[in-house]
Amino acid sequence: MKLVVNGTAHELVVEEDMPLLWVLRDVLGLTGTKYGCGVGQCGACTVHVGGEAVRSCVMPATAVEAPVTTIEGLSSDRSHPVQRMWLALQVPQCGYCQSGVIMAAAALLRSTPKPTDADVEAALGNICRCGTYARIREAMRALARA
Amino acid sequence: MPKLTRRSVVKLAAGSAAGLVLGFHLPPREARALETPNDFGSFLNAWLRIAPDDTVTVIVDRAEMGQGVYTALPMLLAEDLGCEWSRVRVVAAPADPVYRNVFLVKEMLSGGQPMGNTANWLVGKLARLFGQQVTGGSSSVRGAYKPLRIAGATARGMLIAAAARRWGVPESECRGEAGVVSHLGGERRLTYGALAAEAAGLRPPKRPNLKQPNEWRLIGQPLPRLDLPAKVDGSAGFGIDVRVQGMLFAAVAACPVFGGTLGRHDPARALAMPGVKAVLPLKDALAVLADNTWRAQQALAAVEIEWTDPPGPLVDSAAIEASLRAALDETGRIAEESGDVAKALAGSVRRLRADYEVPYLAHAAMEPINATARVMPDGVDLWIPTQAQEISAKAAAEAAGTSTDKVRVHTTYLGGGFGRRSEADIATQAVSIAKLAGAPVQVVWSRAEDMRHDFYRPAAACRLEAGLDADGRLLAWQQRLASPSILARIFPPATWIEPDGTAVEGAVKQPYAIANRRVSHTVRSFPVPVGFWRSVGHSYTAFFNECFIDEAAEAAGKDPLAFRLGLLGEAPRQRAVLELAAAKASWGTSLPPGRGRGIALHSSFGSHVALVAEVLVDATGLSVVRVVAAIDCGVIINPDTVAAQVEGSIVFGLTAALYGRISLEGGRVVEQGFDDYPMLKLSEMPVVELHMLESSELPGGVGEPVVPPVAPALCNAIFAATGKRIRRLPVTGQLTA
Ligand code: FES
Ligand code: FES
Repeated sequence: MKLVVNGTAHELVVEEDMPLLWVLRDVLGLTGTKYGCGVGQCGACTVHVGGEAVRSCVMPATAVEAPVTTIEGLSSDRSHPVQRMWLALQVPQCGYCQSGVIMAAAALLRSTPKPTDADVEAALGNICRCGTYARIREAMRALARA
Repeated sequence: MPKLTRRSVVKLAAGSAAGLVLGFHLPPREARALETPNDFGSFLNAWLRIAPDDTVTVIVDRAEMGQGVYTALPMLLAEDLGCEWSRVRVVAAPADPVYRNVFLVKEMLSGGQPMGNTANWLVGKLARLFGQQVTGGSSSVRGAYKPLRIAGATARGMLIAAAARRWGVPESECRGEAGVVSHLGGERRLTYGALAAEAAGLRPPKRPNLKQPNEWRLIGQPLPRLDLPAKVDGSAGFGIDVRVQGMLFAAVAACPVFGGTLGRHDPARALAMPGVKAVLPLKDALAVLADNTWRAQQALAAVEIEWTDPPGPLVDSAAIEASLRAALDETGRIAEESGDVAKALAGSVRRLRADYEVPYLAHAAMEPINATARVMPDGVDLWIPTQAQEISAKAAAEAAGTSTDKVRVHTTYLGGGFGRRSEADIATQAVSIAKLAGAPVQVVWSRAEDMRHDFYRPAAACRLEAGLDADGRLLAWQQRLASPSILARIFPPATWIEPDGTAVEGAVKQPYAIANRRVSHTVRSFPVPVGFWRSVGHSYTAFFNECFIDEAAEAAGKDPLAFRLGLLGEAPRQRAVLELAAAKASWGTSLPPGRGRGIALHSSFGSHVALVAEVLVDATGLSVVRVVAAIDCGVIINPDTVAAQVEGSIVFGLTAALYGRISLEGGRVVEQGFDDYPMLKLSEMPVVELHMLESSELPGGVGEPVVPPVAPALCNAIFAATGKRIRRLPVTGQLTA
């Protein structure tokens, strides 16, 4: 199969049902995308497929038809507006969930540049065990104003 | 252990006078910090290397699990070193006795009470001998506050001495600031980097010159965290991200019944699957090794495993709860007593009594339990997101059949810890598997495995009785607690003379002045592992006590705030946070129907916290609208980190209070994921307002102290809104008609 990740095309031979998450992490070595539950409940594994936020642990790599962007490909220098705002407001704590949250946030802002709180809550159902929600909310409000 | 005689104490004292606090008597080269790369420059002490290019490397001996120690601890050292903050970088300390958590042991042995000089010294000595390198107990900043500033000031003294020598001038004419030593008016200047190699060879000054608080440039500033850039671009290395040449990926399943063992299993199907390298039986678990994590997980699922249950009955939640409730009929062991409770209760005009209970809880850190191990003839490498380096090293050594000094512990970032990662079960497991496999192995637990093989926050029950006089004054307080004991598992001697302190903390040493009080505890043990969970015993005693205080206020016909304040005459810091939180939350003003405010106060880990929660209960259910927090945590090192910990703790506390419950059936944990062990989400996040008191007291902890008052503030608010008392957690399911 062919998989385009962060602008690079890869020719891969993997099982038909192997989730994109593990292809990214264990085959391509892109460890920025995280494993939290493996069953679509937490959002730690969120990446973009064709610009849409997708939970990569429940998406077979062979079913991916559009280019994939991971946290490593969001920007080369942490310059994506979400990354910048995340640093400005010091959002992460342990940071483990944040790749997924940032990717979900970036996808939302692309489709809905001025999201309401309700839009944000609907799109960012990610679990953050450290409880960074107050700052995620603030950061998204600031981005929606920008 | 040699017997401590008076003479040997005196001898010890003389021998260690110079390095009393710091272990500076240990030349840094003896510390395994040497394992940090050489280009980090010269060692000034075990926490500090300075490179010729002026890069200051701070060796942080506590784990970064989101609480900000990779910033707060370097801030302390850099403050008194007087270096440029922009030149500071951090490496994780290896496992080494020099990095032991002396503070934590001292606090445990002293019960948090101030000690005399001799006792302080003796306990410190014992702590250094028998303590562990552990991140926990909200102790990192508290423990480092003095030592790391002294480490910085000592190094500054050595750098100044090196410059003074070179210039042939008195040290008193030189000063070190912003990474430069300068002489008098500043004509002569040398950077720290240029002096470090020479300074490293000098004797540390006997009396390091600590800055005065009015000279501080870093302490108290909301400096951005050093670890966050790597946490917004995916480059931060967690345990699960470790990649070692030639490594295999392992999935494991341990016997779902605690204490059970591996029985019959047929590896054939798994071995026939692509990429599978081995199926390895352990005593209590089965491991499948493959060339990637997913293949290992798939193959593990394909093995039919029979487990051998341990002897004895298989517990379930109903039996555990019944046993804990029954234990409340026993007096138990006295943890604290003053006055004559029985008499005061008998003589009171109004008596009230209530039983409370809480379930087991899992930690559920976002990063599932994992470790990567490599066993070589010359030693063991262990890459592990751990809160306990030395305990992990010991476990690894035992599993590999080698000595602890042959184990190199590489601490990665932790994707959450909350106490779970102070256990070394995964170190044992990963090293055992790597040894059997003859290859480096990364073991990553599935979420279900993580949930079902935790060391759980103990379930607990409590019976409270109070007596009021005719004026509604609280005369008597009797509290019986029942729970499993964490220390009985970890360090039994700590339970020989007194009840397990971690089981009764927060119930004892209450700030409220009540003349007659008794707190007792009964241990009930079940075959369910228990461990440290963010705020430990405080996580339930605050719920019991602060809800029951509300009940007492109601019985006295008084406002919950006024009732508490009336009991806080001797506790000015607690009074101050309570008054502040109440004022900021407009306590006492009226609210629309369905809404209610609840207040709670709790002191733990050296900090004092008051919360006012506001809830709305309507046809759609319960929502937490707003939480106002006031905290007095002494001197604040980094206010932004404090704020983040307060916000996060409120989420952690709400998650537990609203949803948290680990249940058992047939000896196994039922919950397997975030569907049956739910977490608070963004859509449920209340508005959080934080107010910090200015204080010049010693720093208090901030990682844990805000968790305990969350549940009682919430439940008291629910009572205010609905008239219903919540005496059992979680709240879920109790508010539907
Ligand atoms: S790992 Fe994909 S949703 Fe949790
Ligand atoms: S920052 Fe730790 S889980 Fe979100």
